[in-house]
Amino acid sequence: MNKWLVIVMAALLASCGQAPESNVATPDTGGSRKGDFGPPQGEPIHAVLTSPPQVPAATNRKTPAKVIVELEVIEVDREIAEGVTYTFWTFGGTVPGSFIRVRQGDTVEFHLKNHPNSKMPHNIDLHGVTGPGGGAASSFTAPGHRTQFTFKALNQGIYVYHCATAPVGMHVANGMYGLILVEPPEGLPPVDAEYYVMQGDFYTVGKYREKGHQAFDMQKAIDEHATYVLFNGSESALTGPNALKAKTNQNVRLFVGNGGPNLVSSFHVIGEIFDRVQYEGGTKVQENVQTTLIPPGGAAIVEFHTEVPGNYVLVDHAIFRAFNKGALALLEVQGEPRPDIYSGKQVDEMYVGDKLVSTAPVGAAFKSRQAGTLTQAQQIQAGEVLFKGTCSACHQESGQGIPGVFPPLAKSDYLMADHKRAIGIVLNGLTGKVKVNGVDYDSVMPPMSQLNDDEIANILTFALNSWGNENGVVTAAQVKEVRATTKRAEGAAH
Amino acid sequence: MLNSQWFWKCVYGIAVAIVATAALAAPPDKEAVLQAELPGGKFETVLPPAPAVKTTRVAPFRLDRSLVTNAQFARFVKAHPEWRRERVARLFADDKYLSHWNAAGEPAGALARQPVTHVSWFAANAYCEARGARLPGWYEWEFAAAASDRAPDARNDPAWRQQILDWYSRSARGSLPPAGASPANYYGVRDLHGVAWEWVEDAGSMLVSDDGREQGDGSNRFCGVGAATFEQKENYAMLMRIAMLSSMKAAYTSSSMSFRCASGERP
Repeated sequence: MNKWLVIVMAALLASCGQAPESNVATPDTGGSRKGDFGPPQGEPIHAVLTSPPQVPAATNRKTPAKVIVELEVIEVDREIAEGVTYTFWTFGGTVPGSFIRVRQGDTVEFHLKNHPNSKMPHNIDLHGVTGPGGGAASSFTAPGHRTQFTFKALNQGIYVYHCATAPVGMHVANGMYGLILVEPPEGLPPVDAEYYVMQGDFYTVGKYREKGHQAFDMQKAIDEHATYVLFNGSESALTGPNALKAKTNQNVRLFVGNGGPNLVSSFHVIGEIFDRVQYEGGTKVQENVQTTLIPPGGAAIVEFHTEVPGNYVLVDHAIFRAFNKGALALLEVQGEPRPDIYSGKQVDEMYVGDKLVSTAPVGAAFKSRQAGTLTQAQQIQAGEVLFKGTCSACHQESGQGIPGVFPPLAKSDYLMADHKRAIGIVLNGLTGKVKVNGVDYDSVMPPMSQLNDDEIANILTFALNSWGNENGVVTAAQVKEVRATTKRAEGAAH
Repeated sequence: MLNSQWFWKCVYGIAVAIVATAALAAPPDKEAVLQAELPGGKFETVLPPAPAVKTTRVAPFRLDRSLVTNAQFARFVKAHPEWRRERVARLFADDKYLSHWNAAGEPAGALARQPVTHVSWFAANAYCEARGARLPGWYEWEFAAAASDRAPDARNDPAWRQQILDWYSRSARGSLPPAGASPANYYGVRDLHGVAWEWVEDAGSMLVSDDGREQGDGSNRFCGVGAATFEQKENYAMLMRIAMLSSMKAAYTSSSMSFRCASGERP
């Protein structure tokens, strides 16, 4: 390093006073140089492997042990999305593969079994292994055979493992990856819940959600045009009844990996802030993080404390992946509401340009109609509010429309001629040629069937009594009648 | 690696000797097997014979039109009882050898017409020798498999390549189709793709690296699949064939590994 730069930096540090404790107190772990705690002690231990999203319990050991890991490769046909199946190649029958948990300094005797029904040979490269290929060359296994190799876990951290058999990209793209946690010698601080989540990108011949069995598409994989981006290998892996669960006032720890093969994850939990992130799976901690990058072949440990109950959505914040390729998972947090921290919706009213419009007349008109005391004036008041929010963008607040594009409602012969037709147009929209006040119009009005009967009645009553239009009442009962006799329009909002 | 190569060659030598003895002892089976004539020629291979040499010359040869069936293999085993499931030496076939046959050691029902699987390289080699034939060499197999139904070499046709890849996108569960059920290719050969893996005569010398990412160091012919020495990296179907063959020792058997025989001068 440049000598002057060092001096300047030293001066800067000195002028800042004492550096924050977190920056100086993190001891150097020493990496692999300090990761060998000697030969294994006691009887060999058979590692308990878990399927995602579960994580094995802490090792709770103070001494290095010999740990026997048995992992079976199974090729399975399984749903990648509803009605869509895919042939996954798996470590342990799941995507991602079984979670392996050992302690730094452990001697791991690794057995890889390739199921007799497998079509392919497979092997495993564990990023937590110190040695050529990470175990790949020592674990190349034909269908119906098993191999064994042993390594000492010298570095602590959370590590990806994956298949490294040619064609490597295809084996990874078919789901052959998982995580191995090498605990620091003192263990990880206890938390209330630990979960295992891993992102991967998938490439199918058919389009996203195209039904049936989908084959792997090599060209899309080479082009890095993912059909699916998923957490735990399926659109429904962590949603609905499979959502992750926690309670309020809990510390939650997620081990988040990215199998790739191609896409970097911008991992984010909507509505939470990560209190601590061991980014890149390393030892240093970043605090107060919104989104953390996880590269293919990388992992992170994120922790947060839950305060407010509700649903929290895990996403890849490269957001089209979340909403158009499946990168969504759900964490359900149960507990007492905390309005002091998060109130929920307190105000919902219309905002038109620079004016706030109260929706109070809408509610008042509805109550009066139910009570049988609704007046025309109430309908007009409520209709005005709704018109401004829904109709004025095209027909304009003045009711004049836009000449040649959107027909006028003010002094409109077309509107006044047939109230029932007007109801139908609001419900179903109108496409094609109409003549209004002698001018031809040929455009599209979308259906407004999301409005309820009262709302449509009030909007039309307002229109029939404004801008020089005189007298006319449309009732909710009339709207109901028309709605019942018309088919719900294609693409109607709801 | 060196030690395992020596072991391999040793086993291979013994096998050849035994097979030769067996072939002398029993006359070749008089099976009517239709073979296709292939012209051979200069051929661009995915496994270059030497650095910077991309082509190889394949001599004219004949190749079985479809895979050997369980019924055909059962007749061979009957005539050569040393290849019966319970009598074969473990050195020549693992304990899954013919494990899909019934308790009487015969293929039952629909199995008879399906391609034989759960056969070791030694068993496949003995079968072909007994017929007066041999296993095809890798280059011969690759030459035949390059053909689509219309072209002798369709390997640059992306649609055809994806069609082949689709087989690899399905699991190996479920039974195989009857041998010869797939359409004939340009040379009149069937089942080269989409049915099963196939043994080749020089499978034992396909010392592909066990790690699919290593660069070749020149110490053996096929080191580094997917790396420097493997040509046509987009030809993933071939890459998988070679990976599979290189994972299989000569005594291994698998539920999706079958074979066919070839005739003509040894490559």
